Amino acid sequence: MKPRQKRIALIVGGLAALGLAAAFVLNALDSNIAFYITPSEIAAGKAPQNKTFRVGGMVKEGSLTRDNLTVSFVITDTARDVKVTYTGILPDLFKEGKGAVAQGRLNPDGSFTATEVLAKHDENYMPPEAGHAIEQAQKAQQTVAKP
Amino acid sequence: MIPELGHFALLLSLFVALVMGILPLAGAQLCQHRWMALARPATTAAFLLIAFSFGCLTWAFYVSDFSVLYVASNSNTQLPTMYRLSAVWGGHEGSLLLWVLMLAGWSLAVAVFSRQLPEAMVARVLGVLGLVLAGLLAFVVFTSNPFDRILPPPAEGRSLNPLLQDPGLVYHPPMLYMGYVGFSVAFAFAIAALIAGQLDAAWARWSRPWTTAAWIFLTLGITLGSWWSYNELGWGGWWFWDPVENASFMPWLVGTALIHSLAVTEKRGSFKNWTVLLAIAAFSLSLLGTFLVRSGVLTSVHAFATDPRRGIFILILLAIVVGSSLMLFAARAPKVSLGGAFALVSRETFLLVNNVLLLVTCGAVLLGTLYPLIVDAFGLGKISVGPPYFNAVFVPIMLPVLALVAIGPVARWKHDDLKTILGRLWPAAIVAAAAGIALPWLAGGWNGAVGLGLALAGWIGAALVSQTADRLKKPGAPTASWWGMQLAHFGLAAFVVGVTLVSNYQEERDVRMEPGDTVMVGGYTFKFLGVREADGPNYRASVGSVELSRDGKTLGTLYPEKRDYGLGSMPMTEAAIDVGFTRDLYVSLGEPLTADRENGAWAVRVYFKPFVVWIWGGCLLMALGGLLAAADRRYRLRVKRTLPAPAGATA
Repeated sequence: MKPRQKRIALIVGGLAALGLAAAFVLNALDSNIAFYITPSEIAAGKAPQNKTFRVGGMVKEGSLTRDNLTVSFVITDTARDVKVTYTGILPDLFKEGKGAVAQGRLNPDGSFTATEVLAKHDENYMPPEAGHAIEQAQKAQQTVAKP
Repeated sequence: MIPELGHFALLLSLFVALVMGILPLAGAQLCQHRWMALARPATTAAFLLIAFSFGCLTWAFYVSDFSVLYVASNSNTQLPTMYRLSAVWGGHEGSLLLWVLMLAGWSLAVAVFSRQLPEAMVARVLGVLGLVLAGLLAFVVFTSNPFDRILPPPAEGRSLNPLLQDPGLVYHPPMLYMGYVGFSVAFAFAIAALIAGQLDAAWARWSRPWTTAAWIFLTLGITLGSWWSYNELGWGGWWFWDPVENASFMPWLVGTALIHSLAVTEKRGSFKNWTVLLAIAAFSLSLLGTFLVRSGVLTSVHAFATDPRRGIFILILLAIVVGSSLMLFAARAPKVSLGGAFALVSRETFLLVNNVLLLVTCGAVLLGTLYPLIVDAFGLGKISVGPPYFNAVFVPIMLPVLALVAIGPVARWKHDDLKTILGRLWPAAIVAAAAGIALPWLAGGWNGAVGLGLALAGWIGAALVSQTADRLKKPGAPTASWWGMQLAHFGLAAFVVGVTLVSNYQEERDVRMEPGDTVMVGGYTFKFLGVREADGPNYRASVGSVELSRDGKTLGTLYPEKRDYGLGSMPMTEAAIDVGFTRDLYVSLGEPLTADRENGAWAVRVYFKPFVVWIWGGCLLMALGGLLAAADRRYRLRVKRTLPAPAGATA
């Protein structure tokens, strides 16, 4: 091959490969992201149906119950609650009254079945999404209270 | 008094770093030999001052001086001495001080081992390192001073996060930082060469051992981190695509590309621009990693309660580094010669394709890591990008990379043709096909993923063996760096075997167990014998006993623990692992399910992990290969010729 042809072949091949990779990456990204939804948003019917998402907030004090390996608890953003069930072993740092994030699906009855539960990893650390949910709820309450 | 001395030394080192950054660089431009000569002493002084400062902080930890806020928040008197000392880098301020100490250490190493380099080059390299050092020192001094006092001092400290009380913490962060920071040397060489307008084979040769050294540390650091999380987090995984893991993995991907690209630049004089860009990218990604870890913008295992000012400071530093080096690159790149031409089928092409694929992978990981931040910044809601994305993207892009690993070393530089390459590789192809078809049957049932993984590992391994046999027939012993390459590629094959088998054949069970209960996992019987309470040095533990047996033969007992470190802190799971060459058996305790802790039921997590140690073993081989490559004689030859070495120095 002549140098010119070679260069063109390289460039075309490279661009095609990059385009393919980009399309593939974006497709993977599109089908694998999980949205964070606050308990208030779930109550308002804004949660995606039949799609995995994450819900964040505080674990309500006294809401944790255990039936063998299945645990259920309530995640709250101080305004609204959502009941979560999870089968398996909870992370070490999962505690009532502390922040937690659950990933899973919403059931037709409004409860949430988690496939994964994340808790904080440091005593002073609040998962930003859990903090965000509580902040949002408190803002909403303040705007309601003002007028 | 001692913390004040440490603080003072730190302030002084900032001043020295500015001198080290400005005068030698200016001297090299203006041909002022006295200014250039300042580079080495300034580097030594900066290192000594920072080391002294680090020593002062370590002392404050050793004597538990809780009037220092950082000590009070990361240590207490109950902590065993080893963890009290490693707690120095258990928090934000101290880990940054360690970062800076290592940067000064790398600079000192460059100053000491650069006798064969031209004076101006040394001045420029150390100057660039000095500027980076000054930037990071300013960050420590102005936003994260570890010597801040707290008055009145608390009687007892807040203790180190129990998660971090593990031998892993003693080695993992220093290794990782050595790697991160080491890329600053490759970066400094690239920038110095750009300033001088001398991007040539000599520059590549100087830069290579340093880059490889940094890469070795980063490889070891990531490996240790992975091994640590496997042992310590109690959920049996070895890689989670956690943002902070990604932050260390991205520089690794680019660093790997850089090592290969430097090989081309040294041997053939091509890819110069590309190599420079990779060096800039590797260091920028190291800084980005620091930003991601330290700013707390991402949810991660490694996220600590943080101060947003710090994030902004690093972001500005990152912008300055990337912006100024790219501007310099844009100004100089047109003047750089293209180097040796090469044919479409040649080793250069294979390395180029491999490089591009590594970069695409890095880009995909970067996108997945930053996407939640981007979406959030535009107010489009909060999202998370989980492991499914990374697996879906990473694996397919890595498959051609693995295929190329066998082909690249067999191909000739400059020009080759496909027929001869295939001629050299057909035995490997047969082995690969056999490995892909036959081995999965023996391992536990054929499926496509296992077949492909083992075929690729067999392909790399067999190509290695046949290439080594061919090479040994030729006259002359191969160089150390050649052996290093072979070893590292062999490590990659072992890693692929481990990943393939563990991700396809592992078994995991969460079960409720009462004393006397058994569970069968992976052909092994796990018998739960009960839990007893025990005291550790600074915690109380519930220690479970699980007896392992196979076909009625007892293999031993595992003791997984649940620890309570008191002080209102969280419980801590300590998994117990029976490590083997072909399989790990892994047990961790969940929560007690009944009020009676000692005789009641517990949630227990049991894993069977085939070939999981091959993952870390493979990584160790890669690092060892890097060590062989970096130790190659040719990087030291020039020293001998130009400098009458003291007797025994290069024995």
